[in-house]
Amino acid sequence: MSLISTLARVEAAATGRARPLTTVRHRHLAERPMVLVPLTTAGEVGAPLGALVGTDRDAPRLLVVPQPRDRTLRFAFLAELAEVVLPHLESAQGTVELQERAETDPETGKRVKVEVELCADAPQLIVPNTAGISYVRLLGRSTRFRRTAEEEPDSPHPAPARLPLLGRWLTHYGERARVPGSSLLLAVTEVLGRHWATGQSRLEDQHLGALLAWIEAEEGTSGAEAALRVELARDGDGVPLTPPAGPATDPAFDNRRLAPAIARHDAGLPGAEEEIRELVASQLRPTWDAVWRALDLLRALPPGARVADRWKRDRWSYTAHRDRLRAGEPPQPRRDDAVTAARKLAARETALAELAAQEALDDPLVMAERRLSGEAFAGEVVRVEPAWSEGKRPMPRPLVTVRTDDLPHLEEGDRVHRALEGGKSQPGVFVASPAPGLFTVRLTGGMGRGKVPEAGSVPEEGETVCWTLFEHAPRGGPDLPDPEETPWTHGGPPDPDALDAPDPVTPEDLL
Amino acid sequence: MTDTATDTATETATGAVPHATTTEPHPASAAAAATEAILRDTLAGAHRGVVVDSPPGAGKTTLVVRAARELAATGRPLMIVAQTNAQVDDLVDRLATAEPELPVGRLHSSEAQPYDPVLDRHPSVVKSAKVADLAGLDVVVSTAAKWAHVRGAGPWEQAIVDEAYQMRSDALLAVAGLFERALFVGDPGQLDPFSQVAAEQWAGLSYDPSASAVTTLLAHNPDLPVHRLPVSWRLPASAAPLVSRAFYPYTPFRSGTGPGERRLEFRAPSDGSSVDRVLDEAASSGWGLLELPARHTPRTDPEAVAAVAAVVRRLLERDGRAFGERSPEPASVTADRIAVGTAHRDQAAAVRAALASLGVTGVAVDTANRLQGREFDVTVVLHPLSGRPDATAFHLETGRLCVLASRHRHACVVVCRAGVAELLDEHPSAEPVRLGVEVRFPDGWEANHAVLAHLADHAVPW
Repeated sequence: MSLISTLARVEAAATGRARPLTTVRHRHLAERPMVLVPLTTAGEVGAPLGALVGTDRDAPRLLVVPQPRDRTLRFAFLAELAEVVLPHLESAQGTVELQERAETDPETGKRVKVEVELCADAPQLIVPNTAGISYVRLLGRSTRFRRTAEEEPDSPHPAPARLPLLGRWLTHYGERARVPGSSLLLAVTEVLGRHWATGQSRLEDQHLGALLAWIEAEEGTSGAEAALRVELARDGDGVPLTPPAGPATDPAFDNRRLAPAIARHDAGLPGAEEEIRELVASQLRPTWDAVWRALDLLRALPPGARVADRWKRDRWSYTAHRDRLRAGEPPQPRRDDAVTAARKLAARETALAELAAQEALDDPLVMAERRLSGEAFAGEVVRVEPAWSEGKRPMPRPLVTVRTDDLPHLEEGDRVHRALEGGKSQPGVFVASPAPGLFTVRLTGGMGRGKVPEAGSVPEEGETVCWTLFEHAPRGGPDLPDPEETPWTHGGPPDPDALDAPDPVTPEDLL
Repeated sequence: MTDTATDTATETATGAVPHATTTEPHPASAAAAATEAILRDTLAGAHRGVVVDSPPGAGKTTLVVRAARELAATGRPLMIVAQTNAQVDDLVDRLATAEPELPVGRLHSSEAQPYDPVLDRHPSVVKSAKVADLAGLDVVVSTAAKWAHVRGAGPWEQAIVDEAYQMRSDALLAVAGLFERALFVGDPGQLDPFSQVAAEQWAGLSYDPSASAVTTLLAHNPDLPVHRLPVSWRLPASAAPLVSRAFYPYTPFRSGTGPGERRLEFRAPSDGSSVDRVLDEAASSGWGLLELPARHTPRTDPEAVAAVAAVVRRLLERDGRAFGERSPEPASVTADRIAVGTAHRDQAAAVRAALASLGVTGVAVDTANRLQGREFDVTVVLHPLSGRPDATAFHLETGRLCVLASRHRHACVVVCRAGVAELLDEHPSAEPVRLGVEVRFPDGWEANHAVLAHLADHAVPW
């Protein structure tokens, strides 16, 4: 944890109210996101109990499985979920803009520009917490390989027609959520935790109700006490007044309320199903409202300047999945092959470095964090000396000296970067520190091709500049071989049949 | 990069004063036998790969240089993969020094100052940013990152992968298509490669991209021969048993020198301060623990940082003389023979600032990650758990402590706040056990306790 976020937590603990960690919003929020609050059945993996889902905060759709162990009812629930969620996830497929992209021509092997479609927007899915994201992945995994009646006419239990498609979308969203800075699928607790520090531990921050209590506390009231009430207050039966944000339910609720109602349902008593629906709704509704309140809080923050840039990558991801579906490709495999896994890891590492850089550039409070840790420095330009590179065509290499109280971890020859107007960044090299608090940087680019730097490309004396030691647009990892060319060190090319085959029987399997 | 900074041990150690052991074979002959077996498997073996595990300072680089020369002599085109530019430059320098006639290519990046100018001394070394310029040379050396971008060249018949345990599986995936066969050399006890983003989703897969290259290699090729270098030429007789026991309990090694063969003396007498007493303790026993009072502190604990700086300053002021097998005359322990190791970069920066304010220059101050593979006479270590309220997986990592405790030829002084043993007891290792992932022994908790227990006998209160 950085010094500034530690300080923010200490201040929050002292005042009883959350402290902001940012001055802008660092995640994209769609105008019309779909919120999904799932509940699962205790003790049975992948048996949904119910969900509230929808794009209208006043009219959520309630889905309930009155007997979660009944697989027919479970299928009915999933079919209904697909009916609500799929139209949303598919809604942005049609509106596209054309983008130019460099691709390798398969015939000539040259890089050529091609025009490709990019969806103008992408549907957003929002869940209460990280466990909710895991649940989305679980639903995706358990449904994308199902066979429908059309695919397998003889199957005694065919899956509803659109269910495998829902599984593929949920899998894509769940996988995309692992990319740092992505916003297709967001967990509200994570996003709130990025923007506010509370006086409780990060583990406790995963309780949406408690987290909101810290953030929503009015001046003069104690968020800490409110959070404690949210966590502990229970009714006469011991059922919490603020239900957990799921997907797991509270055990007291399960035992005292839900189990008897399900027993009545199993016994065929009239009105039992309606009773279960009301019980499940009572557990879902407070979380549903909390998610929307959290979205209100986040919407009140202005978006960071580079958030749209990152959202564009989400749109690319959405478009790519749309194209794979349209091309009739099979569902995502159970496991990544060696090359895919390495590619994903490289892409996520690049995304993480980019996110860290962009958040700092968008937000002076985040930049202050980096300055405090010696990764950036800001100050007033006190001297600019023109200088040129040696060689046949001397290029401008002016020396800029900055006065600052920051203590960057710089050694001679270290590279530094400065954001320019218009989103480009200017490289420089640290030359020397002529006196304590003074740092001289040689500009090495971003000044045009002429012998004289372009107007405005060199800071002037008196101007305030901020140099970072980290790159603003980190490069991606290396090119990896195609999966068919996986080398012997990594087991050779994957056998497509082996990937989806059941695990081989080993001696440990037999008692 | 000069040879002061790397493990040059074996070359100077061969022909050193033999030291008598009772039953075991002479360390030099044990090491030579291991080297012969490795070269036999590499040059004539039936396997596509050979793995060599090397404890700290066991002559890994010497082995790589020797294997490279013998492979080049067979006429097989050879590529060498190292992990950092400093490692590449050092390897090329040593290769060219050992065999000035050998045509060696240094493939480098297209940035300014892409390689150490020391390479310009060697007429047979060709430097280029394009692999095509180096075609036909006997040996081409570069970093894994640069090799990963090489297209349209090779494949090379043979490769040597240096520091293979510090290479990530995905980095090997990017370069493995360039060679037919390979010799993988590395130290399994040092810091594992890591990823900044979560990679649990692939845990247990044989090709987990965040695992080490050797883990993946052996998972897919379980019958590859795995050799071990049995002698550390760097670590003194006072350190090898502890490092071997704490970090390599199942693959023990020993020191190339015996007790008393290396000595450290100071010209200036002790002034009786705790700093001087811990230096005297380290000079006589090889280890010293300067123990500050227990306290929870920020990472850049000002008192501990000042203590580290004071130890380094007194070490220089007292004008140390190091006696060893390299030469009959003692060598001065100058600033370039001293290193300070920390866990975090901000700690290193704080120590650098403290040293600068005392007027001390030329001492290497860096994190464990950056000190890997380097060698000094005396090291001063800021203990990773000093002043911490918790013991996280990062601070408990076996490799971190192993790197810090195994850089020295003579003595190591550890600066630490009291209470680390209690801290460890409050934070037992609680890393999740994942299916299909080999559990590593010893874990950091155990290794930390082993080192602390040994240091307790050499403690001096601040």
